Amino acid sequence: MPIVGSVPLEVAPVEVERPVGDEVVDPDRPWVVIVWNDPINLMSYVTYVLQKLFGYPHEVAEKLMLQVHYDGKAVVSSGTREKAELDVFRLHEHALWATMQQD
Amino acid sequence: MRDRIRRKGPGRYRVKLRSNEQLLVRELIGQLREQLLVSTDEPHLQRLFPPAYPDDVERDAGYQVLTRDELVERKLAALEVVDRTVGGGDVTEEELGAWMLALNSLRLVLGTRLDVDETIPLLDPDDPEAFAYAVYEYLGELLHQVVVALGDDLPPPSTPDAPGAPGSPGSPGGPGSGPGLGPEPNAN
Repeated sequence: MPIVGSVPLEVAPVEVERPVGDEVVDPDRPWVVIVWNDPINLMSYVTYVLQKLFGYPHEVAEKLMLQVHYDGKAVVSSGTREKAELDVFRLHEHALWATMQQD
Repeated sequence: MRDRIRRKGPGRYRVKLRSNEQLLVRELIGQLREQLLVSTDEPHLQRLFPPAYPDDVERDAGYQVLTRDELVERKLAALEVVDRTVGGGDVTEEELGAWMLALNSLRLVLGTRLDVDETIPLLDPDDPEAFAYAVYEYLGELLHQVVVALGDDLPPPSTPDAPGAPGSPGSPGGPGSGPGLGPEPNAN
């Protein structure tokens, strides 16, 4: 019997807050990369990934991880759209639930 | 369950799983590999491929087109490394990095299927899901050992500050309350 799946379940992993306000976005405003809370990723793993990908000291990475844990999300990096997309990709490679939006 | 993954020195690690654990990990890897090769759009794999632009369908479609194959390829490559080295012996930092990604993928897919939250239910051993929960816990412990081993070889920090961190994040609920990231596995 398959253990890791094959039984499709309806899953709603993360509730994403929709941005409010007008749709006109200043193209020069930086993009922010957000990591959202999820109940599966280990705290130690998330901290390690933030250290590894962004070069944060352990205390900073741990603080961000705790912010994700308790507040539901944290901004982990920001910059141009290209930089943000690359950061999101690297976070997705490590299976963190990351999204990006213009600040 | 201790010392399945151990750091021997800078960039050198030792993998030592019991034979039944090796069989289990191989089996799980085979299942996930097969699923990744068949289709990545199944609901239980959704957690492995998050949206980048949750509020912009068009942009996200573009992102998915650009990245999906690459993400699948990297996950398959990580599974391959574990399959090759699960029998035990020394591994490099890169190989143990692959272990980390593969174990985390397995755990995410299994956790999604079990619809886990922060707390693991105490199940009767006869419960049909008891084995799956035990496997989930096992993968968590193994992953934690990998992270601890790799953590000692992180390069010195290059970015001193958090990204525009506005002071303390605050911890309203205190440990163990409310929704949140998965807790550390119990070492036993």
